[in-house]
Amino acid sequence: MRFQVGDTVRVKGERRAGHVRTPSYIRGKTGLVSRVHGTFRNPEQLAYGQDGLPKVPLYYVSFDASEVWGGPPSADRVVVDIYEHWLEPVDKGRP
Amino acid sequence: MSDRHEHGHSPTDAHAPIGLEDGESAVWSRRAAALQAVLAEKGVISNDEVRATIEDWEAKTPAQGARVVARAWVDPDFKARLLANGKQAVRDLLGIDTGTTELVALENTDQVHHVVVCTLCSCYPRAVLGLPPAWYKSLAYRSRTIANPRSVLREFGMQLDPSVEVQVVDSTADIRYLVIPRRPAGTEGMTEEQLAELVTRDSMIGVARAREAVGSRQ
Repeated sequence: MRFQVGDTVRVKGERRAGHVRTPSYIRGKTGLVSRVHGTFRNPEQLAYGQDGLPKVPLYYVSFDASEVWGGPPSADRVVVDIYEHWLEPVDKGRP
Repeated sequence: MSDRHEHGHSPTDAHAPIGLEDGESAVWSRRAAALQAVLAEKGVISNDEVRATIEDWEAKTPAQGARVVARAWVDPDFKARLLANGKQAVRDLLGIDTGTTELVALENTDQVHHVVVCTLCSCYPRAVLGLPPAWYKSLAYRSRTIANPRSVLREFGMQLDPSVEVQVVDSTADIRYLVIPRRPAGTEGMTEEQLAELVTRDSMIGVARAREAVGSRQ
């Protein structure tokens, strides 16, 4: 597991076609790892008849709704399950 | 007893046949039927297996999930196990396997309200809630809930206090989510079976509260 609960992460901004389980609205956004679900076969490979191995960690990543959609700050959250290869670390010391 | 097809159907007639074969859905229906025919012809699956699988899925109902929630309301140890490992807790209680996906229970409180959506397709905890309602799969629910949950909840008849934090959970991957609605007030004396009657499908998706106990609104 590359990330732990409490880590700040950024979703990669890649534009990829095909069977991708990371919704486009969340790409490039910064959130907080709130749960680690475990590891799963990579569905982005399974969809094309591959074995999806090695398994990839899946995280429950929580975002400020205003970070995702803009608008005034609020306590509301958007939570998305994201596979590890879509996430990169964010240095908390810098914005 | 008159046959309903003898009625004169106007376009606004509520009894008019629903045009399921219209438009795009007909293309997919034909494709599915063609695939099934080929697979049956090659002996990969039989038509009876397909029929039995459909029957099996259609037999699953939200009553399963309601039993899980009612138990969680009355048994703090079970609730703790459900929140820690939903799949195992459901297997222990109902004796059913939730399949290859994991089941995660999300507890609604007076401070946090969870509502579940799958923006990419229609991921849904079918093992405990049965088949999803048509609106859950609609583009409108999927696109609007993720971006503006409070107004969608209002349309479902649910006004949340601004101080309650809304968490929209996008079920995009290998996890299926079951919302544990808040236990209604005035239900202290009710049995687990009576409590389960208050737990609706929509409350376990997070678009509604559990039903109130009869008489509790007096």
